[in-house]
Amino acid sequence: MSNETSTIVVMGEREEIFPQEPAERQRVRPGRLALVTITLLTFAFLYVPIAILVVFSFNDARTGAVWQGFTLDWYARLFRNERLLDAALRSLIIATVSTAGSVVIGTMTALAMERFRFRSKTFWDGLLYMPVIVPEIVAGVSLLLFFATAGIERGFFTLVVSHIAFSMPFVYLTVRARLADFDLSIEEAAKDLGADEWVTFRRITLPLLMPGIVSGALLAFTLSVDDFIISFFVTGKGWDTLPIYIWSALKRGVTPEVNAVSAMLLLFSATLVVGSLILQRRRSY
Amino acid sequence: MLFTLSDVEVSALAPDLIRNDFAVELRDVVKLYGTMAAVDHVSMSIRHNEFFSLLGPSGCGKTTCLRMIAGFERPTSGQILIDSKIMGLTPPFQRNVNTVFQSYALFPHMTVEQNVAFGLEMKGISRAEIVRRVGEALSLVRLPHLAKRYPKQMSGGQQQRVALARALVNRPKVLLLDEPLGALDLKLRKEMQIELKTLQRDVGITFIYVTHDQEEALTMSDRIAVMSHGKALQIGSPLEIYERPACKFVADFIGETNFLEGRVIAINGEFATLSVATGHTFTGRRVNGLQVGEIATLSVRPEKMQLVEHPVDGAANTYEVTVFSIAYVGSDTRVIINLGDQRLDVWEQNSTSTLNPDDYFFKPGEKAWLTFKPENALVLAQ
Repeated sequence: MSNETSTIVVMGEREEIFPQEPAERQRVRPGRLALVTITLLTFAFLYVPIAILVVFSFNDARTGAVWQGFTLDWYARLFRNERLLDAALRSLIIATVSTAGSVVIGTMTALAMERFRFRSKTFWDGLLYMPVIVPEIVAGVSLLLFFATAGIERGFFTLVVSHIAFSMPFVYLTVRARLADFDLSIEEAAKDLGADEWVTFRRITLPLLMPGIVSGALLAFTLSVDDFIISFFVTGKGWDTLPIYIWSALKRGVTPEVNAVSAMLLLFSATLVVGSLILQRRRSY
Repeated sequence: MLFTLSDVEVSALAPDLIRNDFAVELRDVVKLYGTMAAVDHVSMSIRHNEFFSLLGPSGCGKTTCLRMIAGFERPTSGQILIDSKIMGLTPPFQRNVNTVFQSYALFPHMTVEQNVAFGLEMKGISRAEIVRRVGEALSLVRLPHLAKRYPKQMSGGQQQRVALARALVNRPKVLLLDEPLGALDLKLRKEMQIELKTLQRDVGITFIYVTHDQEEALTMSDRIAVMSHGKALQIGSPLEIYERPACKFVADFIGETNFLEGRVIAINGEFATLSVATGHTFTGRRVNGLQVGEIATLSVRPEKMQLVEHPVDGAANTYEVTVFSIAYVGSDTRVIINLGDQRLDVWEQNSTSTLNPDDYFFKPGEKAWLTFKPENALVLAQ
């Protein structure tokens, strides 16, 4: 008995050292089984609803959760639905403009925070992270109150400003991460070789920060396109974004068309986020 | 009747007559960080085509001096002159100096060629000329075959040479080098030391070289400034720095030495006699105008003392000692001796070849006589 136990222990150790070795995997311990089950259930919990949503966007039925056969009709209808297309276009415009704003402000803030020494820097740094953790409902309500108090008419402008406010910290964070392993003497070398401040920034700093900036921009763009709560509060007449359109469409009942548009939004966001991750992963040349 | 004019008068009458023959000058330069003086009233004049080293332990202010010459830092007070022009607030990109950084600081997103061409592009030199000079510079550092590589695809030694080419291609008046060999392994470092020295002679550019490695400084430099706590303690040739250190710190930092503390009991011309704690008296060269009664330190290098079996009668600085340990290190034998409770290092050169260990000197525990000439020792102020 004790002999067998020791064998298992040895095997366990070897499994850790050679995780790829198939011969060592044959014996399954109860603990391991539980671990695998819990892991699978967790992933199921995360992804099954999304999978169902996507699957039913191809369902050949007006309503209901019963599979009636495959169709691309719902996708075809999407592209004939002008209200939806308009909402999507508005979302893209707002995302583009707000991303541009976030990139410029976020990059400049990151550079300033990295390069300058000033009092209570940690405090200001923390303040820049805050929008990431402030509940969206709180941000939405406060922005709404702010615009109302300031007498600013809600619409394109308020949407763009609000989107910059919540997406800028993400650009700030990715650029700051990039700057953390930036060798300052590289900029000094450029100046030493005759480049003034601007040429140094354009030829050296900016190209080296670019992966961080682009990755931050992709995140900002995704957040803007996906945002519902804050947009819902600060939007004005004629400026319903895609998520707001989807929400109002849901009030008329869940159709596979909503599934289809959600599936497309999902694909779009996932592409951008994966792109962002790839860029962040990429080491500096 | 003989007239003599001061420098100021001559320069007022005929400005061309005074040719200030220095590549770089520091005049009473101070750099404060908060209340801490990183550089504390440093003055030095570096000649044209000189290989000049700033040597000292980390935090002594040597790199700060270099960065002030390059223009990355501004002196709190004092002046820096490059080619007799006061630099003041002149930014780095308008100074006729180039720097080789400790980390090399190559542009990672550019090829070797593009890195080397950068400085010339900034000067607005024509494309054809750039190509020619980049080729020349890469040949100079023996890397023309790697022109299309990116820095990360090269070894440390190769990157170091690219950094050198990138600086030299601009034909600066002065090349500033901040511990450029620090990241290389010992063998490569030795090779590069010789290469750098040869290169400096060939291109005829003033090198200002920052290092904490005293052997490196001694090997390569025409002159060395030894720095500590922001001060330049001594400026001189390697010979002067080693043989006539101006103070205890320099004697200690450059090479090995034995220190014996005591009180000056007699002064005889350029020699001073010291009575040390062990009760012995020693005589050495007097430095810093010491007076009788002052506390001083005798500094004598291990290779400048001898151990003998029989003392010469009446010879100065000769005492019976006990051998504590011996270590054979090839070129010489390193003996540690006890003089009273004082421990001293003596290095005996192995000038004859023999395989018999007994021929290599005294054994531990045996008695011997220590002797050295007064001119081979220094008496330094406290």
